[in-house]
Amino acid sequence: MSAHTDEIVEQDEQDEPEGREPVEGLAALGAYTRGYVARVRGGELGSIPALVGLIVITVVFAVVHPGFLSAYNIEALVIQAAPIIVMAMGLIFVLLLGEIDLSAGTTGGLCSAIMAVLMLRHGASWWLALVVGLIAGVIIGFGMGWLRARVGIPSFVITLATFLAFQGVTLILIGGQGSVILPDSSPLIKLENSFVPLWLGWTLLALFVVGYAAIKVNDALGRRRAGLSRAPFAVIAAKVVALAALGAAFTYEMGINRNLSNNAFLSNKAQGMPWVVVLLVILYAVWHFVLSRTRYGRHVYAVGGNAEASLRAGIAVSRIRISVFVICSGMAAVSGMVAASLLQSVQSNAGAGNTLLLAVGAAVIGGTSLFGGHGRVIDAVLGGLVVAVIINGMSDLVQGANSAGYEYVVTGAVLLLAAGFDAVVRRGRAS
Amino acid sequence: MTTIPMLELRGIEKSFGPVHVLSSVNFTANAGEVTALVGDNGAGKTTLVKCIGGIYRVDAGELIFDGTPRSVHGPRDAALLGVEIVYQDLALCDNLDIVENMFLGREEVTRRRTLDENSMEKLAQQALASLSVRTVRSVRQLVASLSGGQRQTVAIAKSVLWKSKVVILDEPTAALGVAQTGQVLDLVRRLAGQGVAVILVSHNMNDVMKVADSVGVLFLGRMAAQVRREEVTQTQVVELITAGRSGDLGLSPAESSGAAV
Repeated sequence: MSAHTDEIVEQDEQDEPEGREPVEGLAALGAYTRGYVARVRGGELGSIPALVGLIVITVVFAVVHPGFLSAYNIEALVIQAAPIIVMAMGLIFVLLLGEIDLSAGTTGGLCSAIMAVLMLRHGASWWLALVVGLIAGVIIGFGMGWLRARVGIPSFVITLATFLAFQGVTLILIGGQGSVILPDSSPLIKLENSFVPLWLGWTLLALFVVGYAAIKVNDALGRRRAGLSRAPFAVIAAKVVALAALGAAFTYEMGINRNLSNNAFLSNKAQGMPWVVVLLVILYAVWHFVLSRTRYGRHVYAVGGNAEASLRAGIAVSRIRISVFVICSGMAAVSGMVAASLLQSVQSNAGAGNTLLLAVGAAVIGGTSLFGGHGRVIDAVLGGLVVAVIINGMSDLVQGANSAGYEYVVTGAVLLLAAGFDAVVRRGRAS
Repeated sequence: MTTIPMLELRGIEKSFGPVHVLSSVNFTANAGEVTALVGDNGAGKTTLVKCIGGIYRVDAGELIFDGTPRSVHGPRDAALLGVEIVYQDLALCDNLDIVENMFLGREEVTRRRTLDENSMEKLAQQALASLSVRTVRSVRQLVASLSGGQRQTVAIAKSVLWKSKVVILDEPTAALGVAQTGQVLDLVRRLAGQGVAVILVSHNMNDVMKVADSVGVLFLGRMAAQVRREEVTQTQVVELITAGRSGDLGLSPAESSGAAV
């Protein structure tokens, strides 16, 4: 019986001598396109709705408000979107299991409050405070995951409780002053308010594009060696060129001096992309790798798709469940730090209000399902940009006392729309 | 038969508290054959299957794999012995594709600890090809997009992939239409043709008479009879199921009526 597979291999090779060698050229491109169209019609929409939405609302705002695509505003958009995107990346893991973390916002607020208080009232160095804040996030996530997986309380209830409780803890920590201002000299502030030198920005872009191309080509070559069907090189080339063009446009626009009060001093220039972009790219690459290329990532999808089947297949379902809460709260802590960097302070209501709603909205708009099993890290990025564009554009459109009110209404409506879309697509998939 | 059965059960006893579910059950399944396990509701089919699969522990009796008595303490032990159970509800993840489902929990990784998608895809294709499966367009389509018969095919092909020696199919055709039932039964025969001992748990007499080489009939927790398919008629099997005996076959009148109390 040990030579069982070998026999099968032999049979198989006799059956189909050279018939499966993938064809090249237009035929391959046609087959690839047909396969793609079939998948889209089958309900695997991927990033299409988010991309279309992003383009449409960007065009609308750019037409209504001419300054919308200015370098100054693009930078504002990116640094506004960053905390939302980071939190949404973590939330995607929880959502993939069909769970929810309502406390991600206040967890981030609490962790940034711990960091700020350590730095300013206890004289801890910035990096130590940062690490302690992140560890606090991880511990919180473990606790909530344990309550969900081992005690069996629904995640909705656990995180609703911690949502409220952490808000209280932050309030107690920050105290009556209402906020803790971070020192200007702190490297933490640089993340959102300081810029990558131009030469480094272009170098990083080049590295990123070359790395992406290398991975894609290597995958395709590996599949060809294995005799499997693969994406035509034309498609890979198109993707690489599109990525390079987008990246170059962004890097170029960020290279324009945005300092409005221009004067003779060279040192006063504001140009280059914000450092947080580099952080976003790294976080994206890491989590995308984890979800798509490791056994752990595969098991996260499996548990989200069918927990019973995963259990029978020998997957440690409880451990997976705890781990996603750890990742989510850890990323919420990072998001809290980024938000603190953006505001240069930590408020007593940090992470409360609509922080979580925006992040969940980002994930869902990006294409992550609230029912579990479907979602990718890119969803957080695209959805986060959509949310940031809406907030940014609305604040330009509606000025005055009620602007925040309109912003809430529109964001809520978009989230509901995305969730409805998700539910309808899911029904289409099931049939 | 001169060959050693792949799986032999001798005198299996199983009780849940005061309820005696299985009493001195003997059963054999040969490599390369389809052995049907039939019986009315509550006859103990599911319990017997779970005992083989290690989900229940037997109170007494021997499980003999390939001539060697083995103790099975859990599903993992059974899996190590090459026992695969294909459940009625299939246990597939809708959001994963065929390859991902076939390797679920047993993914292959490269030296760098990343998923080895290429070798998994190749092995999945080979497993399906070895069963002459032609109904599946691409092994990279999501299981959600498959029909009931195709899903059953994937679940069965999984056992080929893992070189299982004993494959237990729990009502594989219960939810299928006529054409798909035919396809799955063909698949069951081909699986046996690869030298696997297939145990088919079924309610459907047509299926059983069509594919089985041997038929074991459970009646109220006892093995009424295990007979060669060609030696009995469908009527006899039905009598064995409902009354525990048919002419010379089956339990003695005392046993069959006594058990019915």
